[in-house]
Amino acid sequence: MIKFSEEKLKKVSEIIQRYPEGRQKSALLPVLHLAQDEFDGWLDTPVMDYVASLLNIEPIEVYEVASFYSMYNLKPVGKYLFEVCQTGPCMINGSDDIIGYIKTKLNIGVGETTADGLFTLKTVECLGACGYAPMMQLGKTYREHLTKEKVDAIVAECRSKAN
Amino acid sequence: MAKKLLLDKAHVPGIRSYEVYRKEGGYRSVEKAFRLTPAEIVEEVKLSGLRGRGGAGFPTGMKWSFLAKPEGVPRYLVCNADESEPGTFKDRYLMEFIPHLLIEGMIVASFALGSNVSYIYIRGEYAWIADILENAIDEAKQNGWIGKNILGTGFNFELYVQRGAGAYICGEETALIESLEGKRGNPRIKPPFPAVKGLWDCPTVVNNVETLAAVVPIINEGGEAYSKIGVGKSTGTKLISACGNINKPGIYEIDMTISVEDFIFSDEYCGGIPNGKRLKACIPGGSSVPILPANLLLTTAKGEKRMMNYESLSDGGFATGSMMGSGGFIVLDEDQCIVRNTMTLARFYHHESCGQCSPCREGTGWMERILKKIESGKGEMKDIDLLWDIQRKIEGNTICPLGDAAAWPVAAAIRHFRDEFEWHVQNPEKCLTENFGLRHYADPIHVAVTA
Ligand SMILES: Cc1cc2nc3c(=O)[nH]c(=O)nc-3n(C[C@H](O)[C@H](O)[C@H](O)COP(=O)(O)O)c2cc1C
Ligand code: SF4
Ligand code: FES
Repeated sequence: MIKFSEEKLKKVSEIIQRYPEGRQKSALLPVLHLAQDEFDGWLDTPVMDYVASLLNIEPIEVYEVASFYSMYNLKPVGKYLFEVCQTGPCMINGSDDIIGYIKTKLNIGVGETTADGLFTLKTVECLGACGYAPMMQLGKTYREHLTKEKVDAIVAECRSKAN
Repeated sequence: MAKKLLLDKAHVPGIRSYEVYRKEGGYRSVEKAFRLTPAEIVEEVKLSGLRGRGGAGFPTGMKWSFLAKPEGVPRYLVCNADESEPGTFKDRYLMEFIPHLLIEGMIVASFALGSNVSYIYIRGEYAWIADILENAIDEAKQNGWIGKNILGTGFNFELYVQRGAGAYICGEETALIESLEGKRGNPRIKPPFPAVKGLWDCPTVVNNVETLAAVVPIINEGGEAYSKIGVGKSTGTKLISACGNINKPGIYEIDMTISVEDFIFSDEYCGGIPNGKRLKACIPGGSSVPILPANLLLTTAKGEKRMMNYESLSDGGFATGSMMGSGGFIVLDEDQCIVRNTMTLARFYHHESCGQCSPCREGTGWMERILKKIESGKGEMKDIDLLWDIQRKIEGNTICPLGDAAAWPVAAAIRHFRDEFEWHVQNPEKCLTENFGLRHYADPIHVAVTA
């Protein structure tokens, strides 16, 4: 059964309070973030249906939103999602080399997940960190001024956290 | 040192906390604003000459005075913290290091506009900054700046942070409103404008983070004093996020009286170009504004020094000038390939098109594919003309300005660097291992002398 914890449910009703009466659909983006955090980092159909029921909207209203925004994963992802920026300013500062290095190191292509389910590599467009390039997003954090050594350290950090 | 109005306290230890912020003079503008009427605050902002810092540069006071005020209908202020234009990372800095400045500005602006509930819509990836803002809002609430009957004025005010979920288009104000309503970020057809029909069909003002923060010094020092800083219609200070091939990337608060050359080469700002390389080109105001070769960047076509302000950056129009835009300043050195850089931007816009209009949806994809083809040495001469043709057919033919924003960088790259594109076509193998280089792009421009 898909169900938020009591604490998360309280958070959901708090979020709904932010909007006028009858505008609870506005809570959709924040609640989808909560759902993705809670249910393994991606939005499976039953999860989206559950969110629809919480907000009293049609499931299709959730699907169309979930498929529009790049931060919602509609397929399973590894425990650690490396989202490396590849837009102009990061490219100028060597993002291509970093992406290449991660591919070789983890032996996966862009959009793929390692066999142990730990890492997924994704390329993304400008994350607002252009002055600290090259960079990637990892969960709620940004990892900036990336070098090969830094990538090694991040991979090691994730592996040790996973154990 | 230029006068700083927004970031002068950003480095005071602990300024992120309410206590330190208040001790440093924070929230004075709210006290002062409550002694004025809403109309008087709008008047101060008009006097200041402040122009929207989100990219379009529209006068803020005028925008506020357009807000419809029908009886019995709520009005809303929404802060645009979606910051996603490549090269732009200034709002993030302000919110991360001095969050109370934005909150203070939003209280004043909300009072002036009659918004009892306001929202900060922040890009989803800035997750930790959303937490910082929520903490700061809690502190402001505990200290009586947010809530019911603030300072006994009878003004009730709530402020909420809403995270987006990864979509550049949600920076466009009507797409942002759609997103805040829990929908896909599809821009709306205008009119009606948000000032009449915005969030939940109510009158709404959408302003950039930096714009709202600037309200604080405007109220503290007075609109007239603010208008005396800067030059012409470029009043006050502007945050510039500088990146690319420079020694000191980061956020600079400038007063718009310095030259582009000083900004790039002086130690106070970007500190010049690493490894003794030479300047080739620059995109001075975020990825959508025209790229300029070094010569046109540093001097206008009239032969005058180009300055870091709205008027001077756009001097010469799109033929020989660019724009201030969002203040995302991207510097390219002699080793950079214009074709490749343009290709990444076309890919960006293709990725971010919401898909509602066919010229934008299809055109951005074509531009990306053709640029990839030229970049990988498979291009033909006619592809360059085709590229020109496509961008021209997008511009002006779409619901929202993303179409234009996608067309302009391609147009400017071909306009100023056409021989580099041609070189790629003529040297299909060499272009994979070598760059076109600086060539003539820094040469002095011949200025016609009129008798
Ligand atoms: C595609 C697109 C993206 C935009 N992104 C942003 C943004 O990230 N931040 C922003 O403040 N304005 C952005 N704008 C401009 C907004 O639509 C709007 O003009 C601005 O928020 C108004 O605030 P201001 O008057 O204070 O500048 C964008 C516009 C377009 C067309
Ligand atoms: S111009 Fe592009 S982004 Fe804007 S509404 Fe049309 S398709 Fe969407
Ligand atoms: S281009 Fe990579 S963060 Fe902006």
